[in-house]
Amino acid sequence: MSQVMLPAKRFVVSSVSSDAHMWNLVFLQLLLEEQGAHVTNLGACVPDDLIIEECRRSRPDALVISTVNGHGHLDGLRLIRRIREEPDLADLRVVIGGKLGVRGAENIVFAEELALSGYDAVFEADGGIENFQEFLGTLDAPAERPALASSGVAA
Amino acid sequence: MNAPIRSSEGAVAAARTQGRFSRYVHGAHADGRLVVQPRMGFADLATMREGLLGVRGADATATGTITLDSYTRVNDHDSARQALRTGAELNGFPLVAHGPDATRQLLDSVSGPVSASGGRDFPVQVRHGSALPYPLFEAMVAAGVDATEGGPVSYCLPYSRAPISAAVKAWAQCCELIAAQPDPMHLESFGGCMLGQLCPPSLLVALSVLEGLFFREHGLSDISLSYAQQTHPGQDLEAIAALRRLAGERLAEADWHVVLYTFMGVFPRTPVGSFRILEESVRLAVRSGSERLIVKTPAEAHRIPTIAENVDALEFAASIARDEAGRGAEVAPTESGVYEEARLLVDSTLELAPTVGEALIRAFERGHLDVPYCLHQDNANKSRAYVDPAGMLQWAEAGRMPLRVERGASRRPVSAKGLLTMLGFNEQRFDREQLTNGHLRGLQYPGRTARRGLS
Repeated sequence: MSQVMLPAKRFVVSSVSSDAHMWNLVFLQLLLEEQGAHVTNLGACVPDDLIIEECRRSRPDALVISTVNGHGHLDGLRLIRRIREEPDLADLRVVIGGKLGVRGAENIVFAEELALSGYDAVFEADGGIENFQEFLGTLDAPAERPALASSGVAA
Repeated sequence: MNAPIRSSEGAVAAARTQGRFSRYVHGAHADGRLVVQPRMGFADLATMREGLLGVRGADATATGTITLDSYTRVNDHDSARQALRTGAELNGFPLVAHGPDATRQLLDSVSGPVSASGGRDFPVQVRHGSALPYPLFEAMVAAGVDATEGGPVSYCLPYSRAPISAAVKAWAQCCELIAAQPDPMHLESFGGCMLGQLCPPSLLVALSVLEGLFFREHGLSDISLSYAQQTHPGQDLEAIAALRRLAGERLAEADWHVVLYTFMGVFPRTPVGSFRILEESVRLAVRSGSERLIVKTPAEAHRIPTIAENVDALEFAASIARDEAGRGAEVAPTESGVYEEARLLVDSTLELAPTVGEALIRAFERGHLDVPYCLHQDNANKSRAYVDPAGMLQWAEAGRMPLRVERGASRRPVSAKGLLTMLGFNEQRFDREQLTNGHLRGLQYPGRTARRGLS
């Protein structure tokens, strides 16, 4: 938990376009900063273009999308397709996590489509934060896409 | 700004300005009854009508609520219309897509027409969450809606990316539109909520009063001020007393009342815990002299509640309110200086510009007002708050706000784990008993695995 990433990694943290929730983003920023990372937090209700612009400007080690309003499987899918259409962002590490649908524990059904559409990892809320921590440990290794990181099982 | 009116004249003015929503609320309060209200919105007219009639029929002194959907909140009325055509599920009532005529018929069918004395048997409020709501306000005015809520700060900072300057402009137009009507609808400030939790009471009180002053500046005199239940009953009691005192001083010429929200943050996940936090908010409402309470239901942590769950919560709240009215004072307000801090924030903000709207813009621009943890680009986000060992919500960092923050020797910047613990303070406080045998929750932090057991 207290492992510090060296050299300092840079992250862009963001919600998706229709999601106004903020506390999940505040939590992720603190979690990453505690591990020595530098975080640009774009906040809630972020249009796709703004996320793409920021990633192009700051070239982060990873883009972390967090959403809990249940529209993640819609807004998140549209976003990742947009990102992967941009040739200069094809190699960007992008992960998504939270409550991705409105089906509670069954939201895991959305994970595969999101991963196959270009996310490097997908974390459903029930999977716990441990899977995200594991992902952070893999940042120095080359990306192996598609990967389906969420097990949907609480550790 | 109108010149202050002496209290005797203010009372006369208030009596004259009572609209159809406030008339109902004041009438109930004079009879010693707390007005309770749900959060409730359905996409189709028939279900919305059924829901409102369910609330009307509840064994409670209730006002109705129409909560709008996310598309309408962001002025994407085409998507709302498309959803109505295709039957796609919406998370609320698309008022603009249904249009003023259908909405007026809905309201008349549940509330009855406005009587000769100017009242409604069952007034209904529209709740939305829109930062730039002018098209919505046009539709609400055309439909004859009794009341709505929001404000240029409270619906901008937490829920949108619109600049505060744009929200101030839009809300000024909305207020002036309402004020120009022969029987203006009631407007409630959402300033007492601000991210639902971890915003200390003095800032909630100040923002509620500042938005009330903004409404006044744009011609409204039929308003309410809000406060959301936080982490400590005594501190909340002090805060609502501060809100009433400050409103009495600064909004004497308006007809105002106070609406309390049952806790708006991470909600208890068990039915027992949910009813206990609701109970605490009802007792707080009655003890503090608040006129109206907006309740939550045990479904809150999991999904959108049904009509029956809403009615149950309203009837439960009404029964607790009756019980509390017969009791003596069991909780004493704390004396932590909420009134003094809130007054300082209000007065020093108003000094920044000749109008309330411009003063709010400048205050946030320079961090003179700063909502803890709020990521909106116009919020300084230098202030921090924490829940102290006694359960009181305190300032950890004032940022550039003109507040004196006591420097505890043991305080450190909040960690991710500490943030989760603070966000979950009420959840744990009220769920503790039912969770003794373990309970799985969605987002688990490794440090809290002790709470997981054999569930």
